[in-house]
Amino acid sequence: MDRQPATDTPAPGTLAHRRMPRWAPAGLALASAALGSGLGLAAGWHSKVQWGLLAAIFFVLGTYAITTAVEGKRQAKDRIATSIVWVCFALAVVPLASLTWTTVARGVKVLDGYFLSHSMAGLNQMVPGGGIYHAIIGTLEQVAFATLMAVPVGLLTAIYLVEYGKGRLAKAVTFFVDVMTGIPSIVAGLFILSTWVLTFGMGPSGFAGSLALTILMMPIVVRSTEEMLKLVPNELREASLALGVPKWRTILKVVLPTAIGGITTGVMLAVARIAGETAPVMLLVLGSSFINNDPFSDEQASLPLYVYQEYMLGTPYSYDRAWGAALTLIMFVMILNLVARAIARWKAPKTGR
Amino acid sequence: MAKRIDVSGLSAFYGSHRAIDDISMTVEPRSVTAFIGPSGCGKSTFLRTLNRMHEVTPGGRVEGKVMLDDENLYGSSVDPVAVRRTVGMVFQRPNPFPTMSIYDNVAAGLRLNGSYKKRDLDGIVEKSLQGANLWNEVKDRLNKPGSGLSGGQQQRLCIARAIAVEPQVLLMDEPCSALDPISTLAIEDLIGDLKERFTIVIVTHNMQQAARVSDRTAFFNLEAVGKPGKLIEIDETERIFSNPSVQATEDYISGRFG
Ligand SMILES: Nc1ncnc2c1ncn2[C@@H]1O[C@H](COP(=O)(O)OP(=O)(O)OP(=O)(O)O)[C@@H](O)[C@H]1O
Ligand SMILES: [Mg+2]
Repeated sequence: MDRQPATDTPAPGTLAHRRMPRWAPAGLALASAALGSGLGLAAGWHSKVQWGLLAAIFFVLGTYAITTAVEGKRQAKDRIATSIVWVCFALAVVPLASLTWTTVARGVKVLDGYFLSHSMAGLNQMVPGGGIYHAIIGTLEQVAFATLMAVPVGLLTAIYLVEYGKGRLAKAVTFFVDVMTGIPSIVAGLFILSTWVLTFGMGPSGFAGSLALTILMMPIVVRSTEEMLKLVPNELREASLALGVPKWRTILKVVLPTAIGGITTGVMLAVARIAGETAPVMLLVLGSSFINNDPFSDEQASLPLYVYQEYMLGTPYSYDRAWGAALTLIMFVMILNLVARAIARWKAPKTGR
Repeated sequence: MAKRIDVSGLSAFYGSHRAIDDISMTVEPRSVTAFIGPSGCGKSTFLRTLNRMHEVTPGGRVEGKVMLDDENLYGSSVDPVAVRRTVGMVFQRPNPFPTMSIYDNVAAGLRLNGSYKKRDLDGIVEKSLQGANLWNEVKDRLNKPGSGLSGGQQQRLCIARAIAVEPQVLLMDEPCSALDPISTLAIEDLIGDLKERFTIVIVTHNMQQAARVSDRTAFFNLEAVGKPGKLIEIDETERIFSNPSVQATEDYISGRFG
C-alpha cells in the first residue's frame, strides 16, 4: 500500500476525490500567460518568444504544484502530462499561425484580379503593378507533368512492393525508394541538368523542371501508397480470391478502391510538397517575366521561384509582389489539401446504415 | 452440380513447417461433412488446400492429390482461379467488401469475373440472398453498404456472395463462431437447404453443431504442439458421436481430452 499515499483516498470506501473545477486548466493557462507577459515586460525583454516560454514554464510547474496540493500525487502526474501536451501543441501551432498571419497580412495588399491575370512583361523592380499569371501557368504545368509521370510509376511500384514483391528485388526497390526520399532537391535538379540538359543538349524548359520534380515526388507517392495498401485487410484479398477472381482484378477492383481515399490524400500531399520546390526550378526552368504556355521549350516562371526572385530585388514593390505570390502558393496548397480531404471522405469505405 | 472430393496423401506446409500430414479422405457429393478437432490441428489449413487458397499464404505449399470428380486440383495445367470458382469458401470472420453495397457484394463474384448478363444479375442477387436467408431483411436497402449489417447478417451476406457464383462445393471455416444462437440456427438451416445443391464442408468447434448439421464427421488431431495434424478418422456422424472406432475421438467428443 506504500504506493498509495493517504491523501489519495480521503475516506476509505468511497471512490470520490477532491477534484479541481473544470475551468481550472484554462484559468491556470490564463494566469501563467499573464504572469509570463507581466514579468517579461517588467524585465524589459523584447522578444515575445521569451514571454511565451516563461508562461509555458509557469503553466507546467503551476499545474503540478496546485494539483499536488488539491488532488494528490497521482492526479498531479496525469495533469502534468496533459499540460505538457498542451504546451507542445501551442509550440507547434504558434509559428504556423504566425506564418499564415504574416503572409496573409502582407500578401493581400497586392493580391487582386489584376495581379492574378498579368505577367511581369515590361516592368522593372522600381515600379508597382505586374502580376503572377505567368508564374501560375508555369507552376501548374510543371507540377501537372511531374504528377503525370510520378503517380503512375509510384502507384505501380507500391502495388508491386505490397502485392507481389518478395525476395531480393523487392528489398532492393525498397532500399532505393528510401534513398530517393532523402535526395535533396538541388541534387535532383543537378542530376537532370547533367543528363537532360548537358548530355542530351536540351535547353531549359518547364518540362526539364518537371523531370526533377518527378524524382522528388515518386518516392513520396510510393511510400504513402505502400502504407495505404498495407492497411487493406488481407481478408478482403482472400475473400475476392476465393470467389475465383484473378489476382490483378482483385487488386484493381477490391484493394485499390478500399485504399483509394488514403492514396489520393498521399498524392495530393506529394503534389503540395513539390509545388513549393525552388532549387530544381531555378536550375532547369530559369524563370522568366513573360508568359510562356509551352512547357517544352524556353524558360518559364514558377511561383516559388518568382517569390525568391522578387524578394532578391529588394524594393518595396517587389517585396509586395513576393508576398502576394507566396500567399497564392499557400492557397494553392491549401486548396489541394481540402480537395484531398474531400476525396478521402467521399471515397472512404462506408460504414453505418 | 455437386461434386465428390477425393483426397489422397495430402500434406501442407508453411515454409518448412509441415502443418498437416498425409491426409486421405472422401467427401460425398450433396452431403455435409464436418471437420472437428483441437485448435491448431490443421482443419483450416486442410480446408484451404481444397480450393487452392493455401498457396495464397506466403510460403504455403501442398503435396498430394485432391480429385474433384476426375480432375486433380493440383494437376500441372490446372488454373487455381478456375478451381476457386468451382469450390467456394466462407470465412470464419464475415468479410464483406467495405466499398460495396449489399447488392454489389452479392454481385461481386460475377462482376469481377465478367461472366454475367446484365439483366440476369438482379435475379441472381435476389436468388442468392434468398438462398442465404437474408432477402427479407435487406430487400429494402440493397444499395446500403454491406458493412452496415449486423455480424450475423454480414456472414449470411458472405454466404450469399459465395453461392452467387454457383460453385459446386462450398467450404465453410467456422462460419458461426462469431454469431448468436439465432443467427447460428439460421445458418444451420441454410446449410440444410444448401446441401440439396452443393457439397458442403464445414469446420466447427461446436460438437452439437457438427452432430446437428453434418452427415459425416472427420476428426483431426495432432500428437504434440509443433507436430503436424493428422486425420484420425472419418465416418457417419451418428457413428462418430455414438460409437467411434478410435479411443481418441471418443475422448475428444466427451471432453476427456488433454
Ligand atoms: N500463416 C501461417 N503461417 C505459418 N504457420 C501457420 C499459418 N497458419 C497456420 N499455421 C500453423 O499451422 C497449424 C495449423 O493451423 P490451422 O489454422 O490450420 O489450425 P486449425 O485447426 O484451423 O485451428 P483453429 O481450430 O484454432 O482454427 C498450426 O500449427 C499453425 O501454427
Ligand atoms: Mg481454423
